[in-house]
This record gives sequence, structure tokens and C-alpha cells, in this order.
Amino acid sequence: MRNYLNIIVAYSIMMLLIILVGVFQSWSIALTIFNYCMISAVMTLGANIQWGYAGLINFGIMGYTALGGLAVVLVSVAPVPEAWSVGGVNMMTCLGIIIIMIFSTRYILKNIQKSNKRNYLIAGIIIVGLILIKIIAGPAIEQIEAVDPAKTGFLGGLGLPVLFSWIVGGLFAAGLAFVVGKVALGLRADYLAIATLLIAEIVVSIIKHEDWLARGVKNVIGLKRPAPYEIDLQTSPWFINLVEKFHSAKLDIANSLSERQDILNQLVIDASSVYVKLCFAGMFLVVVIILLIITQKALYSPWGRMMRAIRDNEEAASAMGKNVVKQHLFIFILGSAIVGIAGAMMVTNDGLFTPGSYRPMRYTFVIWVMVIVGGTGNNFGAILGGFVVWFLWVEAAPIALFFISLFTAHLPETNDIKIHLINSAPYFRFLLVGIGLLLIMRFRPQGIIPEKIVKQ
Amino acid sequence: MDLINAVIVLLNYTIIPALTYGSQLALGAIFVTLVYGILRFANFATGDMMSFGTMFAVLLTYYFQSIGINFGFLPTALLTIPFAIFMMVLYMLLIDQTVFKYYRIKKSPPVQLAMVSVGVMFVTQAVIRIIIGPTDRRFLDGEKFILKATEFKEMTGLAEGLTIKSTQMITIVVTIIVVAIMFWFLNKTKTGTSMRAYSDNEDLALLSGIDPKKVVLITWIIAGILATIGGILYGLDKSYRPFVYFNNMLPIFAAAIVGGIGNPYGAFFGGYVIAFAEIFLTYAYKRFLVYILPESLEPNSLMQLLSTDYKFAISFSILVIVLIFRPSGIFEGKRI
Repeated sequence: MRNYLNIIVAYSIMMLLIILVGVFQSWSIALTIFNYCMISAVMTLGANIQWGYAGLINFGIMGYTALGGLAVVLVSVAPVPEAWSVGGVNMMTCLGIIIIMIFSTRYILKNIQKSNKRNYLIAGIIIVGLILIKIIAGPAIEQIEAVDPAKTGFLGGLGLPVLFSWIVGGLFAAGLAFVVGKVALGLRADYLAIATLLIAEIVVSIIKHEDWLARGVKNVIGLKRPAPYEIDLQTSPWFINLVEKFHSAKLDIANSLSERQDILNQLVIDASSVYVKLCFAGMFLVVVIILLIITQKALYSPWGRMMRAIRDNEEAASAMGKNVVKQHLFIFILGSAIVGIAGAMMVTNDGLFTPGSYRPMRYTFVIWVMVIVGGTGNNFGAILGGFVVWFLWVEAAPIALFFISLFTAHLPETNDIKIHLINSAPYFRFLLVGIGLLLIMRFRPQGIIPEKIVKQ
Repeated sequence: MDLINAVIVLLNYTIIPALTYGSQLALGAIFVTLVYGILRFANFATGDMMSFGTMFAVLLTYYFQSIGINFGFLPTALLTIPFAIFMMVLYMLLIDQTVFKYYRIKKSPPVQLAMVSVGVMFVTQAVIRIIIGPTDRRFLDGEKFILKATEFKEMTGLAEGLTIKSTQMITIVVTIIVVAIMFWFLNKTKTGTSMRAYSDNEDLALLSGIDPKKVVLITWIIAGILATIGGILYGLDKSYRPFVYFNNMLPIFAAAIVGGIGNPYGAFFGGYVIAFAEIFLTYAYKRFLVYILPESLEPNSLMQLLSTDYKFAISFSILVIVLIFRPSGIFEGKRI
């Protein structure tokens, strides 16, 4: 119990903060923050597996998040039959060509000695393949994008349940991580950071500009939801009855029947949004708990001990017969898959896919701050980091506004400095997060909840 | 005649813009490489530091304009460079004393310093946005063009016009001057030699009596000069927007690594490699081919290899290819 005391205290303070937001701002905002905290927590769990367990620095979190989001579109959106009929065959041929390219390259890599001839062969395959794809896909893409461009203009998805896409998101991210890992894992730590960041940028720019795939920057809106819709709730009798029972005290104060109805309507609208968010919160909580159990088990298993050994001394671990390269690749894939799941969860929660919003600041650096602040190598710490930093990120503007008005209270309303400061309140979040990171790195480099090594 | 027209088209739409963009990247890349070679960490605050210096130039330009100082046909921003550099170096030294020094003395691993620089990035970004805001700002004044397309056509009687913007000329000239002075400094002066020694082997350099504090100080001063000038040139040529500067960090990193990180010559050429690749691969060659091919072969399509949307992706792909085949860069890296 004593061992877990600091964890319990830290989590209680965090929950208290969110409840305070619920009391002072509104429960809907509190739940939105809570849901996003949990999505961030899943991302930090993934990053923590890579950085905390294995010491691999992955600045490409943005790319895996975006791929997870793409999975939601490709799995849950209903297919667009016209688009498939005009361009489906060509696009499928291109997919076939890519697969042939990959396998023939693999065959050459395996069966021909390292030589100039091999390099030329591979380069030849890639160039011929790209030209073929350009010729075949070019007209098809134009036709697909011409199909009702305001609403569709893309191939659509498979029309499957949206929850399924969380798993697919993980698989997509794992696939990308396999490629990236094969290419980049041999690099030194800081090179790896830059390389992963740039590869993630490439992935995002492909998602952004290939409109036939997921409408690119035109966004996909109105995605399926695993939770009920607010409109349906507001008209269903059982829900209204529930709200009536819940708020009977408030309703009894009403003087007339019409006034009572007005209050009830308002309460139902508020409650419906809270209810939907609660549904999401429940689902996310299940994911977080499952992942937490798995990662905890893994951390204290022989495998986890091996990973720590590799992290702390690669040469020694490799001398003991551990395959460092293979384990690094494995853990890289694992962590990225978890980030992919988080990306899918996020898009499901928002109900829309906006490729333009994937920016390194928000989806790589903030996540890294979460990992560092929470505690590297400790899963409870990682989750806490996700909560704390996301909370600060969202609440920074109101907090900043409060302090600005406190310090400039003596100035008149028309003072230029005051107006300027109030207008720039949203940017204090960068300041808050940055200073938080610097302070943690200086005075508590192991994070709020440090890594704990259980002595056997 | 057609051949000359074709060359003019290439010059106008690819070579001159690529030289300009390459110069801007090169200055940033040398900044990255110096910090990496001497202070030994990948500085993720690069773009925002450049932005910070440029911010002062923008503000001072507005101030100078309001009190009626200008630089004739040259942009007023050039006058503000010394002041902006001064502020930038002060800021960098402040950051170094409060943040980086602690880790340097503790001899922390480079990864930790890189993470710290992420913190600096956040703070710098916040300071910039609080002071000047995130909006797009143009601060170019003076003559816009050195050579206009119509003038060129009249002068030569060619069908194609050649346009040279004054910012393009200024960028290239200033870059050449700055880089030449810097290489002279690194190679010929005693301080420069001691910096190179420090970069090659810290322990040996310390043994031979080189003062590490002085080396670090000089490095930050040079870094401040490069960052500010690079940032101002980019801002004059395009426009000043904090978010764009942050994004520019990525091609700058690509340039530094492609050239071999730690090697200033490599970084200098790396900037041009990236810029030329980006522009040559996304340029639509139709107009060029129309001139050099016989009429029967004239292309119907735009003859564009990749759409301009993938501009950034190209530089990153080059970087990935370089990292796979020559991890130390085209020019051997980690040397100064």
C-alpha cells in the first residue's frame, strides 16, 4: 500500500481537478477533458513502451495517430458505389502492382548478393512500378474525385462497425512501424527522432493530398458512433424519465407546467450530451484499463526485464544472446500500434476526420511532454502524464485569463497592453507546458511517478 | 532562340527560386550543424529561434517606418539586422545560462538535451505568439523587383521574361557574404580553430588549454547571427508567420543531415540539395519542353513529376534515402 501511496495521491488530485472543472465550468466540459485525457493516456502508454521500456525515441507519433484516424474512415464509412465503378478496378490494379513490387524487391534482396547489379534492379523495379501506377491511377483518381465532390469524391470505406476500426487502426500503425523500424531503427537516438518525425510528416502529407483515399483536407464528417446520438436521446421517453427522476428537486421549484417543461427541455439537452460523453468515457476507460493491465504484466515479465536490460546496456544484453535488433523492432511496432488505437479512438470521439489538423506540435511534442512529465518507464506515470498535461493544455487559457485580469485589474479597459494580453491568452498554454517540461527535466528528471524496479 | 527561351524559363521558375530557398535553408542548416557539432545536441527549437530573431526585425522595421527611417531602394529590415541579432544573442545566452548549461556541465546524453530543447521550443513559441501574435506579416519595403519580365522582354526581344525579385538577389548576396565570413572565421582565426578542435575532441581540446566557456559563447553568438539573418531573409522573401517558421525546422534538419550533421560545408550544400530537389521535382516542365522538343513531340500533360503538395515530403524522402545508404551524410559528417 505504501508503495502505491504516491500514485493514489497523484490520481486523486487529478480527479479532483477534473471534478472542480465540472462544478465550476460545466460537466460537459469536464467530460470532454476527461475523454481527451484518456485518449492522450493511451498515446502516452504507447510512447512510454518505446521510450520507457526500450529507450527508443519516436517523434513520429503524429503519423501513427493519423493512420489510426484513417482506419476509422476506411472501416466505418459506407462504400461509394459510383466511385468504385469508375475507378475501383484501376486502384485495385495499382494495389496489386505495389504488392508485386514489394515481393519482387524482397526476392531480389534475399537471392542476389549485395552488388551494384542488385541496386540497379531494385531501382528499376521501383521506377517502372511508379510509372505504371502513375499511368493507371492518374485517370482513375480524377474520375473518383469527380463523383459528387461536395459529399464524397472518394472510394469510401467498408461500412463495418466503428469499434472494429480501433483494431484496424492499431494494425495500420503496426504496419507503418514495421517499415519505419526496418529503415530507421539502426540510427542513433537523435537521428532516429528526426527521421521518425519526418516520416510521420510524409505519411500525413499523403493522407492530406490523396483525396480519393479519405477526401484529404476536405475532411470526412458525420462518422459512425458507437454511442447513441444526442438527438435520438432527446426524443426517447426513457431518457426523459431518467432526467426527470434525477432532477426532480429542481423541477419541483417550477411554478407552472410550461415553465417546468422549459426547464426539463434544457436539462434533457444538457444531459444528452453528458450521457453520450459518459458512454465514450466508459469505452475509453475499458481500453485504458486493458492496456494498463497488459503493459504492467509485460513490464514485470521476463520480457520486460530483458527490454530494460537492452535499454540500460545494449552491448551487454547482446553479449548475453539477446537479439537487440529484433526486440527493438518488436517493441517499436507494439508501441506504435497502441498509438494507432488512440488515433482511431480520437477520430471516433470527434466524429470527424480532419487530416489538416495533424500537426507535430500537438501530436508529437505535447505527447512527449506527457511521457516525460508523467514518468518514463512507469505506466501509471505515463497515464498520469497524459491527464496532467492535457488538463493544463486545455485549461491554460482560462487560468491565464484569470491571472491576466488579476494583474491588470488596475488598468483601464482600453489599455493596449491589457487588450493585447487578453487576446493572446490562448498562447499561454505553450508557455505553461514548456516551463512545466523544463522544470520537470531539471528538478525531477524521472517524472512525477518515477520508474520502480521490483527486486526479485 | 528556342533554346535560350527554354533556359530562361528554367532560370525564372526553378533555378533562381531554388537558389534563394536553398540559401535560406543553408543558413538554418549551418546553425543546426554548429549547435550539433559543438554543443552536441539536436536543437528542436531551431525554427522558433529563427522566428524569434525575425520577430525583432519585423517590430523594428515597423518602428523605423513610423519614425521615417528607410534604406532607400533596399528593405528597411536590413537596417534592423544588427539590433535583431543583438536581441537574439541575448536571448540565446539567457536560455543557455538558465537551461542548457546545467545539462552540459552534468554531461547529460544528447537525447536529454534534445528533449530540453523541445521545452525551449514551447517557451519560445509562446513568447513569440504573446508578443507579436500568430498572424501573417509582410515587412518588405523598397524596390520589389530588380528586373521585371516586361523590361527583360523589351531588352532582349525574347518571348520569355525573366523576373528577379530584389529579395532573391539580397538573399543570395547576403548568404554568400555571411557564409564566407563564417568559413574564414572557422578556418583562419585562432578562435575558429579552437572551436573546431573542441568539436572534434572535447577532452583533447580542454587539455590544450581551450576555454570551453569561450567556445560555447562564440558558438551561440554565431548561431544567433545565422538564425537571425536566415530568418529575416526568409521572411522578406515570403512572409513572417510563426507557424511556418516552426515547420521550416524540418527541411532545415533534412538539409543538415543530408550534408552530414556537424559539418558546416555539408550543411551549406545540403540546403541547396534539398531546395533544388524540391523545386525540380515539383516543377511542371511543359513550358520548358515546348521549347526544346520538336512540335510533333509536344507534351499534352503538365509534365510534372509530383504535385507541389508534396514539396516537403520530397525533402524528407531524400533524407530517409540518405540515412539508409549514407548515415553520415553526403559529405562525411560530425566534423567541423
